Amino acid sequence: MRREAPKTVADYTPLFFPGFMLVIFFVVPFSTMIVVSFFKRDPAGFYTPDFVIDNYARFLSVFFGSVLGFSLVLAIIVALCCVAIAFPFTYLLTRCPRRVQTLWLVGLLSVLSLSEVIIGFAWSTLFSRTAGITNLFVALGLMEQPVALLPSFGAVLTGMVYQALPYTILVLYPALVRLDPTLLEAARTLGASPLLAFFNVVTPALRNTIVATLIMVFVFALGSYLLPQILGRPQHWTLSVLITDQAIYQSNMPFAAAMAVFLVLISLALVGMMLLVGRKENAL
Amino acid sequence: MSGLAINDITKKFGDFSAVDNVNLTVPHGTFVCLLGPSGCGKTTLLRMIAGLEEPTGGAIVLDGDDITALPTHKRNLGMVFQSLALFPHLSVGDNIAYALRIRGKPKEEQRKRVEDLLALIHLPDFADRPVAKLSGGQRQRVAIARALALSPKLFLLDEPLSALDAKLREDMQVELRQLQQRLGITTIVVTHDQREAMTMADLVVVMGKGKILQAAPPIEIYRKPADAFVADFIGITNLLPIETDGAGRATVLTAVAGLSLPAGMSKASLSIRPEDVGVAAPRSGALTGTVSFVRDLGGTIETFVDVGGTTIIAVATPRERPNVSVGQSVGIVLPPESCVVLKP
Repeated sequence: MRREAPKTVADYTPLFFPGFMLVIFFVVPFSTMIVVSFFKRDPAGFYTPDFVIDNYARFLSVFFGSVLGFSLVLAIIVALCCVAIAFPFTYLLTRCPRRVQTLWLVGLLSVLSLSEVIIGFAWSTLFSRTAGITNLFVALGLMEQPVALLPSFGAVLTGMVYQALPYTILVLYPALVRLDPTLLEAARTLGASPLLAFFNVVTPALRNTIVATLIMVFVFALGSYLLPQILGRPQHWTLSVLITDQAIYQSNMPFAAAMAVFLVLISLALVGMMLLVGRKENAL
Repeated sequence: MSGLAINDITKKFGDFSAVDNVNLTVPHGTFVCLLGPSGCGKTTLLRMIAGLEEPTGGAIVLDGDDITALPTHKRNLGMVFQSLALFPHLSVGDNIAYALRIRGKPKEEQRKRVEDLLALIHLPDFADRPVAKLSGGQRQRVAIARALALSPKLFLLDEPLSALDAKLREDMQVELRQLQQRLGITTIVVTHDQREAMTMADLVVVMGKGKILQAAPPIEIYRKPADAFVADFIGITNLLPIETDGAGRATVLTAVAGLSLPAGMSKASLSIRPEDVGVAAPRSGALTGTVSFVRDLGGTIETFVDVGGTTIIAVATPRERPNVSVGQSVGIVLPPESCVVLKP
């Protein structure tokens, strides 16, 4: 069906409500944050209206640079792990009978109902010395004595991948279900083993989906601030943790706002770069 | 033996037998059409030959080697799918070279082979085009070229032309047949279009309900169908019930046609092709009926004659056109030499 382009103001009315919501819940708070990020901190109280760039200048320290770098690297690793696990998993899932698929999807959705706090404390128990999985390994004779697996980078990564994996699978699922199964069969008749065909037919055919999923998980992981605190050491804390710390415990709203704005800009830049690279490769 | 042998192949999905104890021998270089209505098991049979479905029982033997347990990618065959399944992320040339590329053949050899195949399918200089920019007929040819890249022993096609419009489909049928004859490759095509089968095949295999009903050259299937189902499926035919009177003489409709039934058969069907039915002035000894409809197609004229409640179709060319109009009473002549007696 061909739709006519809207001509009069009345044709745009359906857009008013979502536009209104977007302004109230996104444009206004984000603009406020940008404005506040240029304000001056008042140690006695909150902040005073001003126009200073000190808040941004403070990033140019090794400390904030390394925290920002760590946050980005962590989010990238989480995104890569999630897609590396979820893509083959979802592919195999779509080849299962309908009933099995439904069962798995319901299970994954129920994981989404867990809050970040519960996930964090569940993993901290599982990784603990006293009640953790290492006790199981000891019982199986794989280890000498139970050890604490946290706080550590591995624990933070595990927790965050666990949290983001259901989203990743649910985003990949529709694209993989719609994938023409004869593509893989064609590759097999041409002499490719099923594994080879998966890597050089299924994966490239879904390149755009994979890139979009990587971006989604990256942005999702960038905002995580609870799991790094529960499962990691201070050096594993992300910029989001510092923002919370500055905003709530140090009462330095302008600096927190500046960091938040900076994080948004950096992630936008990364996403843009990824899309640009993707487009270039597609054009070849 | 050189060629393909299918021995007692069965495929069950649960309790349902999609392919039921099928036996078929295809000599090397033969063009075979598996023909039948949807759900008759023809595609399942083709997929078992390709190794994409595992047979429940039986064996598939190619050039003397049992390939029943061999995985698809080791069978050395080329297959064209109904969806064509061209790789969307690769160019025309890369699609065709895929089989060579994954075998690590030198770049120069790949390029040469792609060039040769593109020339074969009349699409030279198409190597760098993206697959998405091709027309339906071009995509079809690229799929054929890709399947032939390794000069396979077997060339399998699953309803390859069903997505094309009628005129292009007819052109491609001729082209595919000429290509197959030039290469001398054993080819098996699944189709539900009897015209397609008649155009291309050396051997037409008519299937129904998972079984082979008849396997014979096209003209033999047309002239001597094995049963009423085959006769009705291949082309247009008039199927008339035959009944025997007490004396054992066979009767078709009201007139005695001078036919006798094989021993032990009391009921049968008579099949006569419309082009063999004669329309003349009413006379004794012929069936008499009323013209109910005349379809003038320009090249041929079909006359529908109602004989006691049964419609008989007669086809004639304009040159030999019987001068009749709707409502007219005519005599129907059924030449005994054109009548085929079939099991009902």
